Amino acid sequence: MVKYILKRILLSVFILFGVSLITYFLIRLMPTDYIDNKYAAQIANGSVTMEQVHEIKTIYGIDDNSFGGIIKGYFSWLGNTLQGNLGISFKYTRPVGTVIAENMWISFWMALVAFVLQTVVAIPLGVTCATHQYSKRDYTLTVATLALISLPSFFLSALLIKVFAVDLGWFPVQGLVDASVVHATPISEWGDKIHHLLLPMLTTLLLSIGGFLRYTRTNTLEVLRADYIRTARAKGLQESVVIGKHAFRNTLIPIVTMMAGILPGLFGGMMILERVFAIPGIGYMSYEALMNGDVPFIMGYVMFVSVLSVIGTLFSDLMYSVVDPRVKLT
Amino acid sequence: MSDEINKNLSAEQLDSLAEIEETAGIPAGVPAPLYTDGARAEAEEEKIREERGFEVPADGDDTVYEAKEISPIRMVIKRFFRSKLSVIGLVLIIALFLFSFLGPVVYSRWGETEVDESPGRVIATSVLRSYQGPDGKIYEVYEVKLDQYQNNKYAYPDKDHLLGTDDKGMDIFSRLMYGGRISLMLGFIVVFMTTIIGVALGGLAGYFGKRVDQIIMRVIDVFNCIPGLPIMLIFGVLLSAWDVPLQLRIYCLMGMMTLFGWAGTARMVRGLILSLREQDYMVAAEAMGFSAGRKIFKHLIPNVMPQLIVAMTLSLGGVILQEAALSWLGIGVPMPYAAWGTMISMTNDSNILANYFNMWGPPGILIILAVLAFNFVGDGLRDAMDPRMKR
Repeated sequence: MVKYILKRILLSVFILFGVSLITYFLIRLMPTDYIDNKYAAQIANGSVTMEQVHEIKTIYGIDDNSFGGIIKGYFSWLGNTLQGNLGISFKYTRPVGTVIAENMWISFWMALVAFVLQTVVAIPLGVTCATHQYSKRDYTLTVATLALISLPSFFLSALLIKVFAVDLGWFPVQGLVDASVVHATPISEWGDKIHHLLLPMLTTLLLSIGGFLRYTRTNTLEVLRADYIRTARAKGLQESVVIGKHAFRNTLIPIVTMMAGILPGLFGGMMILERVFAIPGIGYMSYEALMNGDVPFIMGYVMFVSVLSVIGTLFSDLMYSVVDPRVKLT
Repeated sequence: MSDEINKNLSAEQLDSLAEIEETAGIPAGVPAPLYTDGARAEAEEEKIREERGFEVPADGDDTVYEAKEISPIRMVIKRFFRSKLSVIGLVLIIALFLFSFLGPVVYSRWGETEVDESPGRVIATSVLRSYQGPDGKIYEVYEVKLDQYQNNKYAYPDKDHLLGTDDKGMDIFSRLMYGGRISLMLGFIVVFMTTIIGVALGGLAGYFGKRVDQIIMRVIDVFNCIPGLPIMLIFGVLLSAWDVPLQLRIYCLMGMMTLFGWAGTARMVRGLILSLREQDYMVAAEAMGFSAGRKIFKHLIPNVMPQLIVAMTLSLGGVILQEAALSWLGIGVPMPYAAWGTMISMTNDSNILANYFNMWGPPGILIILAVLAFNFVGDGLRDAMDPRMKR
């Protein structure tokens, strides 16, 4: 087990190395004067100093566009990153690590609530779909899930904003807090935030529930074909016991595995959704940074998301052997 | 159902077996009893004839019928068309193709980027003003200003513009058709290219194993881990930094989507080939001394095809969604060219979002229909090709 984990961590280091190399080279394809032009205004009004830009450019070796220069620039970035220094964001003029750490929580809570709700709703529905395969209920839910999977996130968000925020006026259109209201107590401030977050959460839930329900249904169908289900029925067990105990527990194996893999990803933010709803989570921040050619932030964010995804895969593989003792890790 | 018995049975036999199992407690492998009473027996025979594609002699009929062998492809087609959803999906896809590719030929009143320059709607804006009258009192009056749009923009749907015009005066309905061309073509091209790369690399890794597998798998791992959207955004920034001409950007986008999209296919193909390599017929091919090329192209690839086709169909929907998202973010097909995602990006204007559903609703509905259609067809194909599935 320990040996397996060590092996996987080594592999992850290699993967992250590859990801950073590709991202770095892609960023370095940017014309040299691009950053100067982009930040001409900031330099003029003094929010970014020429030295800062120059310093970053040296860290990234952006002044030297020869192949050797790019390689040198990469290792200079790598050295800084390994020491925990992701550089200073052009756009936010603060350390990249701090900006990420401060803004990921709002994304996380939003995603977590949607994730919990999705689990609670999708698993029972998925199981009933499978036990009543080809019934009217199964058909309806299958079509519904396929429709949900086919929804573009930006269109669904726009639609929900139009219906619930503009036409019905139940929710605020955008943002995280109502700027025109002064909150007397922290409780009312929190209430306001939650009110603003309800619609984005609903959108997240709708977007993710379809795939999850389908996954549960497929897995339950697979389990229901297994020999031990036949045995359980042959023993004369009640159908509720067969489904609720024998089938359900085994259905959970792949689901728990998948959920362990998703968990770290909840921190990564949802770029498009946060942009539509103008919620200052990590996705929105990095979108703004990306559009402004904020090199340190882009590298920092890409690495952050990649680390999350590597941890997710590792988690999900480990979880597989935890919930299913038949699986041996090698 | 024990596997030894099933190995020797064809898919259709398995199907009927599964049905029998449901209805009666007869052990697997024992032939199905035909009903003894007249009407039901006939119905049952009719069903068998239909399903198996060969003649089952009717009672008292001693003629020897020749069994009509039904090819696997025909069987898949038959099963595919039996599912209502897949037929709906197929019809939708054909309709969307006709709409996008033939539509502009039939309805050529407005071009893709043609602005309707006829004078537009008259907009009345009222401003509350107060002024001091000659009698010294302060009056509050509404000053109504009548403005007419220079171009026919923000038009509501009418017979000139079936779905109205957008904020620049371009016809929405015509742009929907041109946008469909982009989405559908891009979808097919990207999926085709990712499949070629995926099959080539996944096939190499799975077939040769060892060192080759190690190297290719590590590359796949890296590409799987790279977050797609940020990379695409970086690429979008690059395109504008280089001043790439607007018409060319869509091709750059295709290349990028292929470059970061093949890893999933490659992983799937590798897995399939790894399991196929252990099959008896591959051992036989080995024993016959076939060349590697023959083994790969004659024996392995055809067996990968069913799952590959299903995966391709399902990923078509995904690619269309991805393209729409990128266009919406302003990286894909830029204005004034039409793409469904680009058209929806008008919702960034809160006035359009609130008051002009005719501008951004239709492209959204078309995206959903297109993706849904490919998902329906993909699902139908999977069920039709999977011998374990009933019905």
